[in-house]
Formats: sequence, C-alpha cells, structure tokens
Amino acid sequence: MTSASDQDHVAAGNGGGVAALDPDEVRASPARTVPWLRIAVIVALVVVAIVLAYVRAGSSVVVVQAVTTGILIGGVYGLVAMGLTLIFGVLDIVNFAHGSFLALALFLTFGLTQAGLHVYLALAISVPAMFLLGVLVQRGILAGAMGKPLENQLLITLGISLIIENALLLFFGANPRSVALSGDRGVPIFEAVANLSRILAFVGALLLAGLLYLLLQRTRLGTAIRAVAANDTGAQLVGIDTRVIYAVTFALGTACAGAAGTLVAPLVTIEPTTGSLFNIVAFVVVVLGGMGNVVGALVGGLIIGLAEQLGGIYLPGQSPLLSVFIVFVLVLFLRPQGLFRRSA
Amino acid sequence: MTTTTAPAAETAATKPLPRQPWNRHLLAIAVLTVLLIPLPLILPPAQASVAVRVLIFALMSIGWNMMSGFGGMFSFGHAAYFGIGAYAGGYLLVEHDVSPWIGMLVGMAVAAAFATLIGFLALRYKLRGAYFALATFAFAEMLRLWATNSEFVNRAVGYHVPLRPESSWWWLQFEPSSANYFWIALGLTVIALVVSVQFVRSRAGQFAKAARDDEDAAAAVGIPVMRYKLLTMALSAAITAVAGAFYVQYFLFIDPDLAFGSSVSIQAILPAVIGGVATIWGPVIGAVVMGPLNDVTATILRNPPPALEFLQGRGGLDVIVYGVLLIIIVLLLPQGIYGALRKRWSRR
Repeated sequence: MTSASDQDHVAAGNGGGVAALDPDEVRASPARTVPWLRIAVIVALVVVAIVLAYVRAGSSVVVVQAVTTGILIGGVYGLVAMGLTLIFGVLDIVNFAHGSFLALALFLTFGLTQAGLHVYLALAISVPAMFLLGVLVQRGILAGAMGKPLENQLLITLGISLIIENALLLFFGANPRSVALSGDRGVPIFEAVANLSRILAFVGALLLAGLLYLLLQRTRLGTAIRAVAANDTGAQLVGIDTRVIYAVTFALGTACAGAAGTLVAPLVTIEPTTGSLFNIVAFVVVVLGGMGNVVGALVGGLIIGLAEQLGGIYLPGQSPLLSVFIVFVLVLFLRPQGLFRRSA
Repeated sequence: MTTTTAPAAETAATKPLPRQPWNRHLLAIAVLTVLLIPLPLILPPAQASVAVRVLIFALMSIGWNMMSGFGGMFSFGHAAYFGIGAYAGGYLLVEHDVSPWIGMLVGMAVAAAFATLIGFLALRYKLRGAYFALATFAFAEMLRLWATNSEFVNRAVGYHVPLRPESSWWWLQFEPSSANYFWIALGLTVIALVVSVQFVRSRAGQFAKAARDDEDAAAAVGIPVMRYKLLTMALSAAITAVAGAFYVQYFLFIDPDLAFGSSVSIQAILPAVIGGVATIWGPVIGAVVMGPLNDVTATILRNPPPALEFLQGRGGLDVIVYGVLLIIIVLLLPQGIYGALRKRWSRR
C-alpha cells in the first residue's frame, strides 16, 4: 500500500499490513489498520510489569536503570530480529545461523579496530562484507534446498552456524576479547546511567531499522521483496526474478546481523558463542513480533530487552535469559501468531 | 473416541500394509550384537572408549528419531531429556546414595513425564513446524538456565560421581578401561533398537506414523492422534534419558552445559540425520560415522601439518566437520546414508 505505481508489480493484490511479509498476515489484514487496541494492551502490560518490578525492588533507581538498559539493548535485539524475520517472511527459512553471522561481524570488527579503524567506521566494511557473505551462502548452499521441507533448511542453517562458530573457535581460540570505544563514558538518563556506547548502539540500530523499513516500503526492490513474500509464483509471473530476491533478502538479513554485531562490539565480550545468545533472543523476538513482521520485530525487541532486565528483578539469582524464555513460551502457546496479528 | 478405535484398528489389520522386514531387522540386531560382544577385548583401550561414545550417540539419536523421525515432530530440545536422565542419576547417586540403575529408571520416568507435559502443551496449542522445534528448544534452555542457577542441583558445578574402591555392577562403576562399560552400553542400545522396531511395527507406532503423514485423515478414521503422539514423545524421551544416565556413570561428571546445552540436542539430531531419519538403522549408522570423528580431528590438531601449525591444540575442528557433513547429507542425501543405500538395493 505504499504507492499506486508500485501496485502493478504486485500480482497477488495484497493489501499489506505494516511491512507485513508473511502471506498469512497479508490476508489477515485486508486494509491498513493500526491495531490501537492491541498497542494499548501491550503498553498497559509493560506499565504493569514496570510497576510490579518497582514493588518488588522497592527502589526507583533500580527500576529506571533496568528500563533504560532494557530499552537500549532492546533496540539492538530489534535490529537482529528484523533480519531474521525478513528471512523467514520471504524465504520461509528458520535461520539458525543468524547469530553466528553476528559473531562473525563481532570478530571482523575486532580485527578492524585492532588495525586502527574506529568501531563505527567498521560498519562501512562489516555490513557490505556480511551482505556479500549472505549472497554467497544463499546462492551456494541454501538455494539447493528451497521448497524442501522446513527441517532441511533448519538443519542446513544449523550446519552453517556450527561451521562459523567453530571456525572462529579454531582460529581465534576461546579467549574472550573486547573492543574499546575511546571516549566511552557513563551518560546520566533520569536517575539511571547508560554507557555512551550503549546509547550509540541503540541509536544506530534504530537508524538502520528505519532505513530497512524505508527500503522495503518505498523502493522498487522493497516492493519486489514484499511481492515475493506475499506470493512467489505471482511475483515470478509478473517478471520478478525470485532467485535474485531470495539472495538479496537473505543478504539483507545477514547484513542486519552484521550491523548489529559491529554496534554491540564495544558492549559485549567477544567470543565465538556470543552470537548464539543473540540468536536465541532474536528467535524469541521474531515469534513475539509475528514471524515475517518487520515492525513487529523491532517492537518485540524492545519488549524482550525490557523483559530481560525486569526479569532480573523478578527472579533474582536466576539468569535474565530465563525470563526471556518464560515470555517466549507464553507467547508461543497463547499468541503463536505474534502480538500484532489477528488469530486466523 | 474409544468407540471409533476398534473399527479403525480393524481396517488397519485387514488392509495389507506394505511388507516391512521386521523380523529381518530383529535378526540383524541379534547377529550384530553377537559380533560386537568381543569388540572391547580386541580393541586397544582408546578405541574402546570411542566405541562407547558411538553407542551413547546411537542411544540418544534412537530416542530422537522415534519422536522426530517416526513421529514427525521435529525436536530441537532433546538435551532436556538427556539432561534429565543425567541429572536424575547424578542427583540420586550423589545426594541420596541411590544406585545409578534406579536413577536411570527415575530419569526415564521424569523425562517421559516432562516430554508428555511439553507435548501436551505443544499439541494443545497446535504448535507445528518451526514453532514446535523452537518450543522444544526453549524448554531445554530453560532447564539449562534453571540448573545453572539452582542450589538444588549444585548450580554450574553439577555432579561428580564419587569413586568407589572396587568395581561393582550395582553401582555401575568399573576400572576405566573395563569392557563392562561397552557391554552395558551395547545392551542398552540393543534394547533401545528392539524397542524401536517393536514400536514401529506395533499398532501404536503405525498410528503415530499415520498421524505424522496426515493428521486430519488419521483423526478422521478414529485414531486418537493426541494420545499416540504423546506416547511417542514419552518413549523417545525415556530412551534419550537412558543415554544421559549412562553418560554420567561413564564420564563420572555432569554439569548444566554438558547435560542441557544446545550442542547436546544437536548431538541427538546429527546421527539420525546423517544415517537416515525415520529408519531403524539410521541413528546407529550415523553414530558410527560421527563417534570417531572427534578423535580423528583431535589427532590432526595435536600434530598438525606444517601449513596449519598455528592451529595446534585448538578445538572446534570436529564440530566443523559435523557441520559440513550435515549440510552435504541434507543437500545430497536427504534420506541419509541408510536411506540412500536402501533405495539403491531395492532398485536392483
């Protein structure tokens, strides 16, 4: 529903929700509607969760700190998950290798900063590099399994992640590394303090997410991608080369992981297994936002970032990831279509 | 539902099923068992421990194959059941001085109960495909995180099996190089194989396969789909739990990552996929391929060729090989090694 001129490319006259990539989603929402009620419910739930955390912690500093940290890292989760959900929406692939692409970008960034490059300038190299790798992986490996049962693609991406993760382990060893951001310091936000690198990662992630959204909504390429997501046969019939779209979409997804990898490089310990953590969270976010829903992924990222931090308050002593999984299982069972999709 | 089961069973019985060489499978298991019994007496100790590892892989994967191959419910969380078996054995032995054999039975029961619970929730809420796989993964990860942070199971430290002064069958502990470990693992694997043959040829197994191939049709002819799917999952979990319980006794050590880590789930999947999903022999063949790889790569890395000198002592090569093997098999031999061989034989 972006512009009338784009409509002739889209054979299967889809209504298009908000950057909805999954065909079911397109069918479910015939007109562009913003689900105000659902947004209100989600906001209310988040507010309740924050209030409960305040009651549990008994100090506003703790809660404000948790909310700040949660939202800031949530933006990055959102960017990672946007790439994952894009791949799922268009190629129907549950990409287990997504986190390992992120890890690869982390190590690439580490190498580039060791060579004297500034962290954020490394984006100019890591993003195109991961895009290229995405094209190669899709054309070279995954293209042979398109249209096969879901398990086959899942296993192939699992194989890719095993290879990347362990190649990093083999060549770099298990010693954790870190990238320092010169001039990094704590920035006060309300009662909380957040590192400058964290804020920059958040802002960068939001900017890139916005760019991706514009690309999908406002360009011919984006229209073609959405057309393939809605109906690949129809898209092929109107002259879209679906093989190119598959490759480009997968590459865009890995580029998201690559960008996120560089952005979080100053925040995390750089190990071969760091990526798998992000992978797990990204899956949760994708299901939360609705598989194939790009905007949902971003919102889901923020929610999961919050859930992770507030979970640390609810369940002291347990890993923050545990609360992420609890949210995940609840969403899987109660709203497997995601928060933003009407049940079929 | 129960009233409609009887006619459904009747039609299943009257309609000739494609003949499956079940008795030949059982005969092959018997012959192979007899042939393998003297193996640890022939092999040098290092190789014998590889053989035990092969059997552990096979056991895990026979369990996975039952649920994901014959049952068609792709599990990415068999670490949950492996870990429950391992922790049940470790916990009861270390904290309560209970024989590992009883721990194994308890582990099987708890794993089966846990699988039934997950299965009930997943089927009740109609999770399919990717969602089902992600749900199983989430439960395994939750167990790992819980175990890592819970005093009840010793947090990240896990359990060390106390060493006993003399060998004992009751405590399942022998000299490290004892052939008994191999024979026990062989016995457990053979039992699991026989159970899986008997399961697949049984009415329950046929119903589970019918539900896999077309759930609506199966339900329409009166098969209580939910019941047979849950039964399949429980049996699958119990078998994988046995592997976990034996693992602890053999390696004398368990911690949350070794028990519930996602790499454990992958180790349960790989042999079956490499050997052939939904075949009796697939997991065994896959385990025979995978088991020794670890040692081969370790040997290479201990004395690497000059060009790869810098990799000396590093880990990870074995998993890279697994990954490459996995991709090649899925792309080129989607039926696995056994499936491809069987196709070739039957064509002849």
